[in-house]
Amino acid sequence: MVAMNPPTDQDRGVRRDIRGLAEPDAEAPKVARVEGGTATFDAADLSPRQVNLELRRLIYDEGVREVTVENPGAKHSLAVGLLARCRITIDGSLGYFGATLGDGPEIHITGRVGWSVAENMMSGVVVIDKNAGSLTGAAMRGGDLVVRGHVGARTGIDQKGGTIVVGGNAGSMTGFMMQRGRQIICGDVGPGMGDSMYDGAIYVGGSVATLGVDCIEAELTPDDEELLDRKLGIYRMDRPDTFRKFVCGKQLYNYDNLEPSERKLVL
Amino acid sequence: MCGIAGIIHTDGPGDVGAEMTKMLQSMKHRGPDSAGYALYGEPSELVVMRFKLADPNETSDFDYTERLERNRREVESRLSKIGATVDRVEGESAYAYRATFRYEGELKPLADYVEDIPGCEVLSLGHSLEIVKDLGDAQTVADQYRLDRFRGTHAIGHVRMATESDVDIAGAHPYWAYPFSDVAVVHNGQLTNYHQWRRRLERNGHRFQSECDSEIIAVYLAERLADGTSLETAMKQSLEDLDGVFTYLVVTEDSLGMAKDAMAAKPLVLHEGEDLVALASEESAIRAVLPHEIDSYDPYESEVLVWSR
Repeated sequence: MVAMNPPTDQDRGVRRDIRGLAEPDAEAPKVARVEGGTATFDAADLSPRQVNLELRRLIYDEGVREVTVENPGAKHSLAVGLLARCRITIDGSLGYFGATLGDGPEIHITGRVGWSVAENMMSGVVVIDKNAGSLTGAAMRGGDLVVRGHVGARTGIDQKGGTIVVGGNAGSMTGFMMQRGRQIICGDVGPGMGDSMYDGAIYVGGSVATLGVDCIEAELTPDDEELLDRKLGIYRMDRPDTFRKFVCGKQLYNYDNLEPSERKLVL
Repeated sequence: MCGIAGIIHTDGPGDVGAEMTKMLQSMKHRGPDSAGYALYGEPSELVVMRFKLADPNETSDFDYTERLERNRREVESRLSKIGATVDRVEGESAYAYRATFRYEGELKPLADYVEDIPGCEVLSLGHSLEIVKDLGDAQTVADQYRLDRFRGTHAIGHVRMATESDVDIAGAHPYWAYPFSDVAVVHNGQLTNYHQWRRRLERNGHRFQSECDSEIIAVYLAERLADGTSLETAMKQSLEDLDGVFTYLVVTEDSLGMAKDAMAAKPLVLHEGEDLVALASEESAIRAVLPHEIDSYDPYESEVLVWSR
């Protein structure tokens, strides 16, 4: 068990500055074809950083409100950190961390995405037409994240707000440690669902393999029905006939109880 | 972190050497320490043995060259002594070799006898399997061993970021499932009951060439296969027996399989086409060989899948 040197920037062929920012000298490639308020560009030969710089140039500097990115080629970290109202279409698939850290944009991905899509999204809409990997919508705080296909494990881990809608099935530990927000899963869910969740609700249209620690079933209210109809209606998704609702059992809420050692101190 | 990749053509041989290089090279950022291939060519009457006599980062002393030459001749002579008819022994690099020979007997005594030579490690043995691994990225290894022209039906590969053991060939994947013909494994993850399994398997007479936890999977599966268990059953059993986080790929003479642990902690993207199945830690690796729009998904926790050529 020998500790190894981490790979150097030279190994990766990417230069980084002292903060760890890749390609610090990169500039927006200015390759987009702009027509009126819309723009299109091909990402095949661009690095992730160049794609993001081009998007920012178009949205912040040029005031373009609709951008289409062609040939994303499953690159990682595309369309991240966009903090403006705009509409982006990714014509293809993304790798890891796609459409993360957004505040405002509506992003439509026509292909598949890898792990951690829309992680830490503050607001906006992300729609994925095919499948998604694990950690979908991790630590999301607001907005709608819609996956029309299946998702991997740990969907909405640490979710703090917003709504995740899944048309297909979800893997294990879905909603692990979620703190607020909603998940609507039309298909089946794997083992350990809602494990250690603090709050929020998970709606499931199919079967649940097993529930995680302190996740319990709750009664579906008319308000819940209205929410399900509305959200699935907006994104034109088939609504399963019945839904079940799962919430936190709050048996692990021990925040006000002192540890034995602390109790001694107080006394 | 490590990156793993697998490809199997179900409609006859393809350029698996060049394809695997493209897949691995696109995942270079996941592990720049070493790269390895397990390639399956046309099955041959002869046994193909890949072996090495030294490590590239070993300091060469005054009689390094002579010693390697002496040991190479010793390998040849031991092969003859144990009953193999040697066809040829070719040097693939300064320290790695490829031997072909006719042999009908048990592989274990042969491997043990050859590996008894100081510094010698059998990298692979079989009628179709060839394992090539060395330090550096995939393109470096492919150039060094001329893998771009390798044709075959299926292959797996690995780029390594060493976390659990040294950066050397012994610690590089894929691992041959000693002493079982034509089986190899690549793994992404960490196994926490490594020492337990290593002791158990050593008591059963298996040898380990490295300190790397991944070697357990190969030897574990080999032992199950030798008992007559099917590959798929052995892999399902491994989900119970192996502890830790893992996604691993295994290849045999005619099939390729994947297994994912109960927590689905390590990534794998899978594309099942009509005449090609490709899977890798990242979708970009699959895109390297299939640039057009494809359907792909992440296999779920505790999933075991096997494809045949």
